[in-house]
Amino acid sequence: MPYIPHNDEETSEMLKVVGVKSLDDLFAYIPKEMRPKSFDLPSGLTEYETATRLAGLAASNCLPGASFAGAGFYDHVIPAAVDALTSRGEFLTAYTPYQAEAAQGTLQAIFEYQTIVCRLLDMDIANASVYDGGSAVFEAAMMAVRATRRNRLLVDAALNPLYRKMLFTLTANLELEIQIIEQQNGLTDKAKLLAELDANGDKIAAVVLQNPTFFGNVQDYSDVFAKAKSKGALSILSVYPVMQAILKTPREMGADIAVADGQSLGQPLNFGGPYLGMMACTKELVRQIPGRIVGRTNDLEGKTGYVLTLQAREQHIRRAKATSNICSNQALCALRALAHLCLLGPKGLTAAAERSLELAHFAAKRICSLPGVSLLNQAPFGNEFAVRLPKQATQVVASALEQGILPGVPLGRWYPDMDSVLLIACTEKNSEEQIDALVQVLGESI
Amino acid sequence: MKTVFAQSRPNRQGVMPARPASSKFSGVTAAMFLPEELLRKTPPALPQLAELDVVRHFTGLSRLNYSVDGNFYPLGSCTMKYNPKFAEVAAALPGFTAAHPLLAQLPGGEDMVQGSLEVIWETEKLLCELNGMDAFTLQPMAGAQGELTGALLIAAYHKAKNNKKTKIICPDSAHGTNPASAALAGYEVINLKSRDDGLVDPDALAELLDDEVAALMMTCPNTLGLFEKHLPALVQKLRAVDALLYYDGANLNAIMGRMRVGDVGFDVVHLNLHKTMSTPHGGGGPGSGPVGVSARLTPFLPGPRVVKNTGSADSTFALNYDLPQSIGQVTPFYGHFGVYIKALAYLLRLGGEGLSRASDYAVLNANYMRKRLENHLAVPYSDLCMHEFAASATAYEASGVRALDIAKALLDKGYHAPTIYFPLIVKECLMFEPTETESKETLDRFCDDLLNILEQARKDPDALHAAPVSLPVRRLDETRAAREMVLSDEL
Repeated sequence: MPYIPHNDEETSEMLKVVGVKSLDDLFAYIPKEMRPKSFDLPSGLTEYETATRLAGLAASNCLPGASFAGAGFYDHVIPAAVDALTSRGEFLTAYTPYQAEAAQGTLQAIFEYQTIVCRLLDMDIANASVYDGGSAVFEAAMMAVRATRRNRLLVDAALNPLYRKMLFTLTANLELEIQIIEQQNGLTDKAKLLAELDANGDKIAAVVLQNPTFFGNVQDYSDVFAKAKSKGALSILSVYPVMQAILKTPREMGADIAVADGQSLGQPLNFGGPYLGMMACTKELVRQIPGRIVGRTNDLEGKTGYVLTLQAREQHIRRAKATSNICSNQALCALRALAHLCLLGPKGLTAAAERSLELAHFAAKRICSLPGVSLLNQAPFGNEFAVRLPKQATQVVASALEQGILPGVPLGRWYPDMDSVLLIACTEKNSEEQIDALVQVLGESI
Repeated sequence: MKTVFAQSRPNRQGVMPARPASSKFSGVTAAMFLPEELLRKTPPALPQLAELDVVRHFTGLSRLNYSVDGNFYPLGSCTMKYNPKFAEVAAALPGFTAAHPLLAQLPGGEDMVQGSLEVIWETEKLLCELNGMDAFTLQPMAGAQGELTGALLIAAYHKAKNNKKTKIICPDSAHGTNPASAALAGYEVINLKSRDDGLVDPDALAELLDDEVAALMMTCPNTLGLFEKHLPALVQKLRAVDALLYYDGANLNAIMGRMRVGDVGFDVVHLNLHKTMSTPHGGGGPGSGPVGVSARLTPFLPGPRVVKNTGSADSTFALNYDLPQSIGQVTPFYGHFGVYIKALAYLLRLGGEGLSRASDYAVLNANYMRKRLENHLAVPYSDLCMHEFAASATAYEASGVRALDIAKALLDKGYHAPTIYFPLIVKECLMFEPTETESKETLDRFCDDLLNILEQARKDPDALHAAPVSLPVRRLDETRAAREMVLSDEL
């Protein structure tokens, strides 16, 4: 049997020690009426057969030759060393570092990850990561609810709609009021946000915004965050970690909590996961941040070491009163993000951000010279932008896909007045030739 | 080891992801496209290292870890079985890893990701048959999120029936995530005390049951490794007040092929694929926590759902969004695809017989260890255990030796320690889960070494207080860590 080392003699010896005659006897106390009514699973395969079967499934995916889809999830360059280092069995097959002395590798890596998140997002405290960017938004909102003892959230419609959907699902049975501030042409309605904060700010736990917005626009929310602060509400900003190499930081804008999906840092798209939710906050909120946190300390001889700390917040101690039910972090994904950032360094990350930005601006200029195509709005954008097309965006996508190009993501599904809007992203992996092809295929299909 | 930040040197460079100098756009900066007030004032203080610096650093860190690949790891409740290498290779195929999740949701895009959709459909189908459930969702990203999803499904079921339910009951032996998840789903959590034999008490349950109870969350075998033989009685009592039964699948490795949770009356189950289905734990994640349901809960599952169209000669897979009663989405897309594809690899490789054998040998190994240790460590519950057992080190308290000391001494011998101080209802608890992939000689060597440690506990307790002495660090000062809160490297 695969992965079971026992031979027949060993099995017999062991059964004898246990005092039963057969393996079946080990389960004798399970009453007959509780036995399986069916167990119709396929027969096992050899390793080669299984691998071939899975390779066949991978081959039946026919992915586009060029992609301009982003919408919060981006295909950036990943150095080969990221895979090589993080696939080491010593990292891959370890568990949560409960025995600190035997897990200093994982613990120091998490400590370094927390440090690099603090530096990238310009915050004081980071946790060891949560599941993804959407759960990070949810956990940040819950932090604000606890810290302010208020139950109302102001959420920008330019926050990733997938995260908004998750937020509604995950808070469905909690007594929270989530108010969506509608966008206009993809732009955050700041006037409305400010007015709402003026009128009802003392009831609001947090404002939740995103930069760049879901539409790719680069914003400065300093005025909104200042207003929130004056009303005792917290400010939550969801960001794009690669762009954070160059963009104004959450702290510079006055945010209290910064969150991000760390996918763009060394994680393949992988059809939706695993990614990691990065979470960081100001030091005032350290008791509210959920999830694992690693701290530096020393051993009894004074040598530096690392441990899981502040566990009194967590579910295994506080049970129903914990800050969150989370019991894991995305340790291996966090390790990938850390190794990725170490390999790129500040210059490499900036190069990825700037190259993505310039390709996007090059593409936008050319695409907007097509007849009937225009930018959704005139606000500055980063490596992603939305364009209005003269026809349904889904039709354009369908014809482009036939030619092997994924031209972007149509937005009509999430924004009812945007059936003709296409969201287009570039990364440093795109080439100028791919942009030529994109422009051509868009020109032919509109 | 020095941190990666302490190794940084000005202008040292690892990998450049883009080559700006070669392009016709050379020399551009962000400031050419964005107004200065939108840019950050100083670049982030990331370390500046050569590629070899980074490789040496992380290779060095990896050597400080115990892992299943390197060490016997009998950590109770965590199922640290061997993680097959071929599954890693399969999961890393570019045909899978390069797929943008939104592609499946675009017109014509479904056709381009048929392989990925089939992975989802087939994994769900196999998990249904293994567990006797009507349907599974792979969306939950870890066990605890599976629990929350399950609790949300329970709430949706009761809401649809206009049941006024406010409470979820959790046994005192439950994982801490159970009450935390139930609370997050809006329920008041009621604690159910275990009987003296460690099992859930149907009479105690009956006392707590009323019309406001939405569900009982439990696991079987329970966290003590004991089979809950009163299950049919519990089911009957719950049904009488239209309360549902939730199964925490943390302990599924004990019962594959011997019992299916759906057959015995569980309505909701979450699995931990990183346990039973051998996907690697990764130092604490990513996990994957699929949720299975009985037919009466299927309409409430998160969406979109993968469906198989069997109309034409070739079957095709598609996403179904028409789920009017769905609770919504607990993940942006389809959960941790890169994790559950390894679970599919494992399921296909083992097949029904292999899975059943895995449980048989997990239970044999646990009982063998229990037998070898029971004269030296009290095993407060059970005659036969399932895949794990809880022992108590209270006998050594008199000589000043605690479960923690024994755990640390095991580290010195090259073993990962068992789980300690869980479940909470066993004093000085050491919980052992050897898993089926360990050989008899590994178990024998471990038991011999543990018995020597226990001998030492009687003769020379101070030596155990000093342990570990052979690891990269000695015992660490956790109090200081919590007090000083150094949570990142200073600039």
